Parts: sequence; structure tokens; C-alpha cells
Amino acid sequence: MTEHVPASTPLLQIADLAVRFGPVLAVNGVSFDIAAGPFGLGLIGESGSGKSTIGRAILRLVRYSGGSITFDGNDVAGLRGAALKSYRRDAQIVFQDPDNSLDPRMRIGATVAEVLRAHQVVPRGAVDERIAALLSETGLDPEFAHRYPHQLSGGQRQRVAISRALAVQPRLLVLDEPTSALDVRTQAHILKLIGRLRSERKLSYLLITHNFGVVSELCEQTAVLYLGKIAEIGATSVLLRAPAHPYTVALRSAVPEVAVAGRRSRIVLPGDPPDAVNPPSGCVFHPRCPLAVARCRTEVPVLRDAAPGHQVACHRAEDVLAGADMPTHRRATA
Amino acid sequence: MTGNNRAVTGRLAISDLTIRFGSRQVVAIDGLRLDHAEILGLAGESGSGKSMTTLAVLGLAHTVGANVSGSIRLDGQELTGLSQEDLRAIRGRRIAAIFQNPSTAFNPVYRVGTIMTRALALHGATKSEAADRATDAMRQVLLQPDLMRRYPSQLSGGQLQRVAIALAVALRAEVLLADEPTSALDVTVQAEVLDLLRDLRESIGMSILFISHDLAVVAELCDRVAVMRQGLIVEQGPAGQVLSAPANPYTIELLESVPKLAGTT
Amino acid sequence: MIETPTITPPKAAIPRGAMWRGLRANPLLAVGGGVVLLIVIVAIFAPLVAPFPADAGTATHPFEVLKAPSAAHWFGTDQVGRDILSRVMVGARVSPVIAVIVLALACLVGIPLGVAAGFLGGWVDEVIMRVTDVFLAFPPLLLALALAAVLPASLTSLTIAIAAVWWPWYVRLLRGQAASVAGRPYVEACRALGISRLSIIFRHILPNSITPVLVQVSLDVGGVILTASALSFLGLGAQDPVPDWGLMVAEGQNYFTPDWWLVTFPGLAILVTAFAFNLLGDGLRDLFDPRRSFLR
Repeated sequence: MTEHVPASTPLLQIADLAVRFGPVLAVNGVSFDIAAGPFGLGLIGESGSGKSTIGRAILRLVRYSGGSITFDGNDVAGLRGAALKSYRRDAQIVFQDPDNSLDPRMRIGATVAEVLRAHQVVPRGAVDERIAALLSETGLDPEFAHRYPHQLSGGQRQRVAISRALAVQPRLLVLDEPTSALDVRTQAHILKLIGRLRSERKLSYLLITHNFGVVSELCEQTAVLYLGKIAEIGATSVLLRAPAHPYTVALRSAVPEVAVAGRRSRIVLPGDPPDAVNPPSGCVFHPRCPLAVARCRTEVPVLRDAAPGHQVACHRAEDVLAGADMPTHRRATA
Repeated sequence: MTGNNRAVTGRLAISDLTIRFGSRQVVAIDGLRLDHAEILGLAGESGSGKSMTTLAVLGLAHTVGANVSGSIRLDGQELTGLSQEDLRAIRGRRIAAIFQNPSTAFNPVYRVGTIMTRALALHGATKSEAADRATDAMRQVLLQPDLMRRYPSQLSGGQLQRVAIALAVALRAEVLLADEPTSALDVTVQAEVLDLLRDLRESIGMSILFISHDLAVVAELCDRVAVMRQGLIVEQGPAGQVLSAPANPYTIELLESVPKLAGTT
Repeated sequence: MIETPTITPPKAAIPRGAMWRGLRANPLLAVGGGVVLLIVIVAIFAPLVAPFPADAGTATHPFEVLKAPSAAHWFGTDQVGRDILSRVMVGARVSPVIAVIVLALACLVGIPLGVAAGFLGGWVDEVIMRVTDVFLAFPPLLLALALAAVLPASLTSLTIAIAAVWWPWYVRLLRGQAASVAGRPYVEACRALGISRLSIIFRHILPNSITPVLVQVSLDVGGVILTASALSFLGLGAQDPVPDWGLMVAEGQNYFTPDWWLVTFPGLAILVTAFAFNLLGDGLRDLFDPRRSFLR
């Protein structure tokens, strides 16, 4: 994939975003930009990283307590009335769970029609035609409009969810783990579909996933999240080839690969992702980090340049890039 | 295809297995073999029949209304046709199972330690024996034994899955059926669980039937692999061979579907 | 390379004439609906069809007192000689109607409040639920009694009194359901898609929360009739000679041994009505569930 040079005014700008749920700071100072389409930004993280929360915050499904989200130069939090409705046409989301993202009591056609009508995307008489076109675009026979969700497979339901999101002709699409719940061949089809839509519609998207393979195919840039903070952000190929953060290295090595030959030894992180209610002091990753030193316990690392267009929040990024040895053995108990 | 005369042997030997719902056949396996200290991967998509096969091996297919015919032998002993009473002695004790969703695998009102010791007592251990074996097993899966005092809701998905494996170890099960055990786990946690399974194969010679739709996981973990499609095994053999030089078009299609990481061929 | 094929749906389309085939396939709906229909017909035509229509009113027959069931009086006669069959038939205009009105009122008040509390949450939820809690805290019969005692004894007062006691349960029921549905991904998707809250309530929350209400309503029919009978027995609400089934049961108790027919036939009428509504409720629930629906 060729490196995409972002246009001068990014479509979406997130600055120092913070989202709090009671005692938990799910997102803690996240900043990134998404350029105008076609462009893809991958957001990689495990549970508790805050990746889904960021997606929801962009869509104004959760309220954020700090920082700003700007779309086309306008502050998203301040949008009201007609401006808000217009934003709902510009930015859309596809959720992870295909089984529950469609109303089980409504036929597929009605589900899509509801969106078309709410935004008056097409005149009344043209609704059926547009539904057929949208379903075809995601590879479904228009006949599906008469079916109920339970008569479709998971992959088909996910396509319907994508059709529904596309009905408003968004410029930005947030895809929250769109393929995690699907079979491997269906996953491949959906990813191919996303790639096709990207070029046909000049879409920008935020692809939230835990799977490096997925971002590798679809995203120019990727950010790695850990406990609400960005650990590393940069061009996807660079992150995969020469990561600068120990977590990225460990994550990358934990991903199973089919290619048996040349399999590198895995770095096993001890323990589970930390408790968000009582985050560790200093660098939140230090209790599990194979390269942690005293400074990591006390000082929070700031996101800084490791190379042009590649930022990392780690005190020992240089060592990681130089190929520091990370223990591959497992510690005694978790 | 009717079974050939070559008898299927091994610790767990499945031959001519058919599973039906009324007149509809959902699984037809000619032969599947799992040896001592071996991890066999059963790869396939949803609807391929891999989970039904697990149920059949556990003697639980009838609970979902399916009929099983054919032969499933554990160390030579025929399991199909055994009474539920006899099967109960085998289930858990000699053939253990872990499933996809660890958080619902445990009764939430009991401490995990209690669940473990009860299961052990059910299979004949005395109270002190049960406590000892449970503690040992927890250590073997690299969990602090004091976690046994916790309730399932107080443990993470990865920890719960390891407790489930500990139970199998404590019961000294010979065969572990693992049905998508890591699909619901984070990738770093998955790596730990896979490592654990590999260790168990080495240390206690456990045989593992690992069911997954994720070919990459199967490639990393399994010695041999059988690819299932719509109830039939379309290809089986050593993992390295099947996954690097697949013969069957379906296997090829599955492998091509796995997203490739940049920098790999 | 893998292509994205155009996926065609399974062949089966929705067949014509599914309705009648469906009724045959769904016995609950057929039987329940049939009996309810029968009750409605009886209620409408009772004064024309009943053998002794005047007995449902003020007529008394001192020489026919407490006669066992016979050819002349299929259900026997009561303590003042009135034909029980006629009274039961005309009673179909009383007890079931009270039940229907009470439950309609309970739903009219309970459903909007419950949905508002469940979907909007926040202080709306708090206010509504605290008020509901207050009403729920009163022992139902006591509250109904108090109300009925204040209002002039009549069927209308009876209906109002029982409705006043019944609505809080529906608020609770709906609130739970609505809150659960409001949290589902497809509702969240609607919010993300910019669908108005009102639209969401009517097109998504209500249809997906209504099923337990249907079932509850059908179960409550019997309960309301019995509550009405208790109140009538205590002298509040239906008064003799109104042929309220509950009242007939209550009054007939004194004569139960050996004149069992005073209690049994009105009692059976209540039983059959309650049961029929139950079945109807179950059938309607299945009818509206796309997963179970035979209209496929």
C-alpha cells in the first residue's frame, strides 16, 4: 500500500481526548488526525485500551470529559439541531456484533428505509430503488429487503449494517471490530468490501481492531492503544516492520501466523491488562514491560517523535528500535 | 464414503462417525485419530460440524436432539452405546472439555475452588486429595492457588480459561477437547493460553483436540490438522504440510482468507 | 483471489394464504381467539338469547328458589329463583368488560410512563419510579377499597378503583423492558444514525418491549375479575342484582353445600374467560415474534 500524504486540513482531528466512566478513565489524552478520503487509520488495542470508546465518542454516543473532537473544522461536541443531524450524515459507525445491530422485528428493507427517510436522502418514490442499490453495493441480492435479520447469516447481517451506514453517504466511517465475530472467509469478504468501498466512495475510516493483519491491508496509519493512551502511532508498514514500543513488539509477536517458516519466538507478557480503576504509576505499561527501568515507574512517557511521522510514548524507544533483547520466557506465576 | 478396512487407532479414535438431525446429516467423518501427547487441530467455519463432533465425543449429542452412529473409541474402549451413567464417569475425568466463553462456563454463585474440588469429589477423590490436586493443578497452569477463593466474576477471561484447563489437569484427563477456547480472549492472553496447552502436552502427555476457525492459531499450536467443511473432513495431515502446501481447494480458500501481515510473503 | 459474490437469499418467499394456514399451525391463537370471540358474541346477544333475560335484572321467582340444574334451568337457579344460565350469559357484559377497561386504563397510563422512565432514564426515571413505588407500597385491595368507599358504589367506581391499583405494575414491567431494549446495539445504531428519539421509541422500543405486557395483560384478566368480585362482595362496586360473575360467586358461597351450582357455573365462566385470554395472549405474542412466526 502506498504511503498516503495527508491533505492539509484533516477531516477529523482528535486532540487530548479524555473519556471518564465514573472512576475509570477509559480514554486518557488521545490525539490523532484522520485525513480526507481515501484514507484509513487503524486503532489497535486489547480490552480496556479504550479503542471502542474513542469510536463511540466520535459518533457522540458517549460524552467526553476532556479534549476536543473536530470534524471539518467544527467542534463536534458543540453541534446542535440541524448541524448535528448533518454531522450524522457525515460520520457513521458499524458495530462489532452483527447479531444485535439490527432490530429483530424489522425487515431489512424497513431498517434501511428508516435511515433514508430520517435524513430525506432520496424522495419518497425513490426509496425502494435506493435500498436495492445499497444492498447490491455490499454484495447482497436486493431480495434480502424482505427478510428478517434472523434469516440472514452473521456475515450478511454485517453487510446490511454497512449498507445502512452508507445510506447517508458518510465521509467518515468508524468500523468497530467489524469482522471479529465472523468466519474467516466471511472476514476476508468483508475486508475486501471495505477496500472496494474505500476507493469507490473515497471514504475515510477508523478501523478499530485487535488484528494486525486487518490494519496491514486497509490502513495507511495505525495507532496502538494501551489503557487509554497511545503507545505508538505511525505508518502501518513502519509499525509492523520496526516498532518502537515494547507493547507493540509484544503484541506483534503474540499474533499467530500461518507461515510456519521463519517463525520468531514469542514475547509472552505476564499477567492481564491492568485495572483501569487503579492504573499503575508512571508508564501504565511498566508492570508488564520486559524493558522497564526505574524511570518507567515514576515518569509518564510523553508521545514524541521516534522518526518523521512516527511517534512513540516510551522512555526506551531508542533501545527498542535498536533491537533490544526482550525476554521470551514466561515468568513463574501470573 | 463408507469406511475403509484400516482400523483407526490411537488414544482417541473416531471412525465412520455420522451425526444426524432426523434425516439431515450434519457430520460424516471417515476417520480421525488423536494420539498420546499430540495436539490435533479441527479447523473449519461455522456450520462445519466441528462443535457437533465435540458433543458426540462427550456423549452429549442427544441433548441437542442429534443421533450419533459410528465408533468413538477412547484407548480402545467404545464410547458410543455406553449408558449415560458410564459416560458420566468418563466425562470430565478422562475426557475434559473447555469452551469458547470462559465467563459463562462457571456457576457464578460458587467460588472456583469449590467448583474444582466438587468436580474432583464427584470422580472419587477424598476431601483432602481434592484440595491437594486442585492446588497442584492451579500451579501447573501458572495461577496462584489463592485465586481459588475467588468467584468467577472476579477473574479475567484468560484466568478463567486457565482454571478450566486446571480442572482438566486436576482430574488427570487424558484427552482435552478445546472448542474455540481462545476466540474470546485478547491476543496476548491467547498467546499465554496456547503456550500453556503446549506445555501440558510436553509435561503430562495430554492429547488435545483443538477446534478453531482461526487457521493461524491452528498453525501455531497443532501438530496435525483436519479441515472440516459441512460435516466432512476435506483434508488432514501434519500441520506444517497441510497449511503450507494444501491440496484441497477449500483449504486453499481458507488460507487465502487469512489477512497477511505486511512484510510476510 | 476471493471475489465478493452477490449473495442470493433462500428460495422460500412468504406464501399467500398464510393466514389460515397459520391459524391451523398456531392452536393457541385459534382456541384462545375463538373462545374470546364466543364470549364477545354471548355478551352482545345475551339479552336476546338468554332463556330468562329478566332474571339478570330485578326479577325474582320465590317458587323456583335453589333448583338444581335441569332441562328448564341448565345451570339451576339461585337463592331468589333466578336462572343462573341467563345471569352468567348477561354477566359476560359485566366482568370481562370491567377487566378489559381496567387493563386498558392500566396500559394507557403504565406504558407511556414505563417507556419514558426506561428509555429516558435520569431524573425522569427517578420521579416516575418513586411515584410508582408509592402506589405499589399500598396493599392493593386496601387502596381499591379506600377509593371505592369514597366513590359512590357502582361499576364505574369499581373500574376506576381497580385501575388505580393496577397501573404501577405495568410501569415497572415496561420500564425494565424499555431500559433493556434501550441498551441494545440496534438502538445505539439508531442514535448514531440520527433517528429522532420519538421515532426510536415508537418504532423500536415499544415493539420490542410490548411482548411481556401482552402476556401480563392476558394473565391479569382473571386477576382483575377476581379483584372485582372481592370488592363487590364487600359491597363496593357491583351490587345485586347486577350479574357480575365475581359477585355471583361471592354470594353463592353461602349456599355451596349442598347447592353447588350457584358458585360453580359463574366460577367456570371466570376460569374459561381467564384461560381464553391467556391463550390469546400467548398466541398474539407468537404472532408478533418474527422468529417464531408461522407467517414465513
